[in-house]
Amino acid sequence: MKILVGIKRVVDYNVRIRILPDGSGVDTDGVKMSINPFDEIALEEALRIKEAGNAEEVVVVSIGSDACQQQLRTGLAMGADRAIQVQVDGPVQPLTAARALLKVVEKEQPGLVILGKQAIDDDNNQTGQMLSALWGRPQATFASKVELAGETATVTREVDSGLEVIEVDLPAVITTDLRLNEPRFVKLPDIMKAKRKPLDTLTMDELGVSAENDIQVGHHAPPPQRQRGIMVEDAQQLVDALKERGLL
Amino acid sequence: MSILVIAEHDGHTLNVSTARTVSCAAAIGGTIDVAVLGSGIDAIASEAAAIEGVSRVLAVSGDHLANPLAANLAPEIVALAGEYSHLLGPSTTFGKDVMPRVAALLGVNQVSDIMAVEGERQFKRPIYAGNAIIDVTVPEGATVVATARAASWKQAPQGGSAAVENRDATTSAPGHTRYVELKAAGGERPDLQSAPKVVSGGRALGSADNFELIYKLADKMGAAVGASRAAVDAGYVPNEMQVGQTGKIIAPELYMAFGISGAIQHITGIKDAGTIVAVNKDPEAPIFEIADIGLAGDLFTVIPEIEALL
Ligand SMILES: Cc1cc2nc3c(=O)[nH]c(=O)nc-3n(C[C@H](O)[C@H](O)[C@H](O)COP(=O)(O)OP(=O)(O)OC[C@H]3O[C@@H](n4cnc5c(N)ncnc54)[C@H](O)[C@@H]3O)c2cc1C
Ligand SMILES: Nc1ncnc2c1ncn2[C@@H]1O[C@H](COP(=O)(O)O)[C@@H](O)[C@H]1O
Repeated sequence: MKILVGIKRVVDYNVRIRILPDGSGVDTDGVKMSINPFDEIALEEALRIKEAGNAEEVVVVSIGSDACQQQLRTGLAMGADRAIQVQVDGPVQPLTAARALLKVVEKEQPGLVILGKQAIDDDNNQTGQMLSALWGRPQATFASKVELAGETATVTREVDSGLEVIEVDLPAVITTDLRLNEPRFVKLPDIMKAKRKPLDTLTMDELGVSAENDIQVGHHAPPPQRQRGIMVEDAQQLVDALKERGLL
Repeated sequence: MSILVIAEHDGHTLNVSTARTVSCAAAIGGTIDVAVLGSGIDAIASEAAAIEGVSRVLAVSGDHLANPLAANLAPEIVALAGEYSHLLGPSTTFGKDVMPRVAALLGVNQVSDIMAVEGERQFKRPIYAGNAIIDVTVPEGATVVATARAASWKQAPQGGSAAVENRDATTSAPGHTRYVELKAAGGERPDLQSAPKVVSGGRALGSADNFELIYKLADKMGAAVGASRAAVDAGYVPNEMQVGQTGKIIAPELYMAFGISGAIQHITGIKDAGTIVAVNKDPEAPIFEIADIGLAGDLFTVIPEIEALL
């Protein structure tokens, strides 16, 4: 079985983002960029499945400008066998990303596609669900445990009311939650080895995909800020302050 | 304009997220219908009919709709979509799972997490863990498929008396996705997503046993219990208690954080709270920058002291 993993290049989660003064977007100039943390978890899961003998090949895919080759290389250094860049300049919305991924799926015929549950830049949380809808295959979102047995996967999902378990036939799309695993660190020799692994580039034209029904994104504003309040000295003052506000 | 709200329920009762989503729909305007999909849903449909502002409840029954499987629900929702300009779901794990599948089947992008309505097709939503708020506009001609950010919308009040229209499902199960079970820690405590008071603990608690301190205080206050990701990852508490960017986004009147540092991913989940209280032994902890009432101290002494004063 082949596993396809989607990787998005995003602003590193430790960066405090800055909105451009004219509100036209978020300043990404000179900002540290990384693999979306949920996608690192997706790749780790794929590698573990391969290492357990349940898959032969792990392919990482990113839809983005040439800059995303950096994240694909990191994915190769983590242990992916091959990388595919779908070349596109500018932002890609989930429906377009899903359509492009579907074309790659049709070419590659994976038994499993693992994506992150959400990209931490746009926080959309849509692409995996959309890909499985377009593909007509099962979706198992927000996974915290994946068990494979033959042609099915049993997936534990983190839902608001607890842990939900579902069983899906393969091929299927799984999206990862934070507690699925802890991604490995990349070792220096692996970075060197990764340079020799294949990275193919496709274009949206070659795939026959173009953006449709894009949502127009307008003004960016900072969120309303909460003000620093008062500091109290002890439990008594804390309880008094709460009583004053009618909260106790 | 006509809006279809997709109800969330557990097979027995309606989830409060439905009444919140109706509030968001009311801000958009036009007629509001609610779709309840499931099996044996009469009581749930009546609950939905009692939400103020709802014109009609479509109660769609089918055995394959009994459990919340997106692969089964989405085609049925699409079958209802024709009459509507807007399809709205809650931004809960249920809505986040099913609505994008619906959007893709309709060939549109989804607006995730509506915080405010600026026009029929124009909304505000958060990106970058709530660190930027953007204006988005859905293009003309495309059905608006969206989720409503729970913490931004109050529950629409009771007092409605919508007509309930019973229908049989028109789709069948694709069969490739099977529901196994829900493992809910459950318990008698108030629901984290709707409780007016929440007491939360972080990594500083140090163990599941020590977390009893938080439960005891919460019980005394009639509060729900939350946690940081660090506390969940360490296994002190179950996952459904996580508050934050990737957990629950909540807006209680009172949020009390004990031994939580205040990482942006956690703050995102509590920004809309009325009053935030923080107890942390580090006076420089970032959580104090946004707390209304802060106390620099050791939670293991402060919590029993607070309890004694209640
Ligand atoms: C993609 C992504 C998503 C994330 N999503 C979430 C999310 O949804 N929710 C979330 O919470 N986190 C989330 N995180 C994790 C987040 O970045 C922090 O790591 C986490 O919130 C830290 O939890 P904490 O405050 O309990 O632990 P710490 O940061 O370790 O803080 C513990 C605090 O306790 C204090 N303390 C220690 N002992 C005592 C004592 N005896 N009395 C009082 N205070 C004491 C310390 O001073 C410290 O400030 C996410 C991270 C990533 C990368
Ligand atoms: N441009 C992209 N390239 C590769 N994968 C992507 C891209 N956009 C989204 N994805 C995948 O889809 C997941 C969910 O993204 P989103 O729906 O944008 O929140 C991400 O975690 C990725 O795995």
